[in-house]
Amino acid sequence: MTRLFAAIALLGLSGCSSSLQWYVVNPNTTTGWNNLKFLLSGLQHTILLSVTAIVVSIVIGLLVALPGLSTRRHWRAVNQTYVEIVRAVPILVLILWVYYGLPTLAGISISVFWAGVVALALSDSAFEAEIFRAGIQSIDKGQYEAAHSVSLNYVDTMRFVILPQAIKRILPALGNQLVYMLKMSSLVSVIGMQELTRKANELVVTEYRPLEIYTILVLEYLVLILIVSQGVRWLERRMSADEAR
Amino acid sequence: MPSGANAPIIKMDGVEKRFGNFAALDNVSLDVAEGERVVVCGPSGSGKSTLIRCVNALENHDKGAITVDGVLLDRSSQSLDAVKAATGMVFQQFNLFPHISVLDNLTLGPIRARGFSKSDAQAHAMTYLERVKIPEQAEKFPRQLSGGQQQRVAIARALAMEPRIMLFDEPTSALDPEMISEVLDVMSELANSGMTMIVVTHEMGFARQVADQMVFMDQGKIVEMAKPEAFFTAPKSNRAADFLRKILHH
Repeated sequence: MTRLFAAIALLGLSGCSSSLQWYVVNPNTTTGWNNLKFLLSGLQHTILLSVTAIVVSIVIGLLVALPGLSTRRHWRAVNQTYVEIVRAVPILVLILWVYYGLPTLAGISISVFWAGVVALALSDSAFEAEIFRAGIQSIDKGQYEAAHSVSLNYVDTMRFVILPQAIKRILPALGNQLVYMLKMSSLVSVIGMQELTRKANELVVTEYRPLEIYTILVLEYLVLILIVSQGVRWLERRMSADEAR
Repeated sequence: MPSGANAPIIKMDGVEKRFGNFAALDNVSLDVAEGERVVVCGPSGSGKSTLIRCVNALENHDKGAITVDGVLLDRSSQSLDAVKAATGMVFQQFNLFPHISVLDNLTLGPIRARGFSKSDAQAHAMTYLERVKIPEQAEKFPRQLSGGQQQRVAIARALAMEPRIMLFDEPTSALDPEMISEVLDVMSELANSGMTMIVVTHEMGFARQVADQMVFMDQGKIVEMAKPEAFFTAPKSNRAADFLRKILHH
C-alpha cells in the first residue's frame, strides 16, 4: 500500500505523464483547493452513513442470529430464510428498491440518508447474523449450564454471560464488516447521497478530469480504510493478548 | 406442594434417559433424604453425570418421575424455576464466567434471579468466599486463580444461591493432584454442615469419610446401593467389586 501511494505521488509530482493534469486538485491554486474541499466534504457523510448502517446491521444481525441458535426447527428456518434471501439480493438493487420501491409500498417518505442506511444495514445484517451465530456457538456449553445453575433466565444468560464473551471474540470480524460497509457506502451515491463518490462524480461532470478526480477518490477510500483496518488489527492483537493473559 | 417431614427431598422413580439408542439412565430409582450425603460412583459412561443432570433439569428425562424439594419436574417453566432454585451445581470444568471477576461470578445470580441489591449481594458473596477460604481473591478474574481456587469459587457461587441441595459432578477430576484436597476439604465442611449432597466422584477416600449412602452405577442402572462401610468392605455385585479393585489399586 505504501508503495502504491509513493508511485501515485511520484506520478503526480513529476508530471511525467502528459495525460495527468493535477491543477484540478492542486491545493496551491484556488480552484484546486476548492475542488479538494468539495471532494472531502463527502467524507463526513460516508463515515456517518457507514457507522449508522453498521450499528443498525449489528442490531438486526443479532436479532436474526438468535432464532438460528434455537433447537426448534421452525425458528432456525426463520433465520435461514432471512439470511438466504438477503444474501441473494445485490446491494445496489436493494438500495434502489428501498429508495424507489419501499416508499410506495409502505406509504412513507424516506430520505436518501435513511434509505442508504436501511439498504446497507439490511444487506449486511445477514453477514452479521452469521458472525454472531458463529461467535455465540463458539462459547462453551458449560457457560449455559452454569447460568442455568444460578437460575438465570434466557435473556439474562445471553446478556450477562454469553454475549459479552461472544462479542469479544467477534469484534475483529465486526471491524472487518465496517471496512466492507465503508466500501459499499459508495453505492449509495446512485440515489444522490452526497458522500465521497457522489462528490467525485459531480466534480467530474464539471471539470472533465475523471482520471485525476477518481485517483483522489481512490486515495480517500484507501486512507480511510487503512486507518480502520489498522484499528481492527490493533483490536485483534489486544483480544489475543487478553485471551493469552 | 411442600415436602412432608419424612418425604425424601429428591425422589427418582423409574427414570429413563436416552441419547438416541443409548440408554444413559435405565429405570433408575433413588430417594435422597434431607441432609443425606450420597456419593455416586461407577465406570465412565455409566450414567452418573446424567443422573445428577436430570435432578437439576440440565437434561430432560424421557420416562419416570423426578421430584425435587416437593416439585415434580414436568418441563413446565414453574417446575424448572423451582428446581433450579432448590439445587446448586458444581461442574468438573468449574464453568466460572471468565469475563467477570470472582465477586461478580458470585453476585450475578443473587442480583438477577433473587432480587438482591448490589451491595447486599456483595456482602452475601463475601461470606461465601470466606467460607471457601479465598476472600482475598474477590477482585481477581477466574483465569488468575489456580484450578483448586477456581473450583472453590464455583462452590461458593453455587452456595450463594442458597440451594437446599448441592450436586457435584466430578468436582476434582480436572484438578492437579496437589489441589484436590483443598476442594475436598471444603466439600467435607459442607457435608458436616448438614447440606443435602449428591456427589459424583472417584475420590473413594472422601466417599468413605462423608457418604451416608454409596450408589454404584453401570450401564445406566443403579447396580448397588449400600452404606460406605458395607460397600467398601463387601460389595455385593461383581461389577462393583471389580470397579473398586481397579480404582483402589491403580
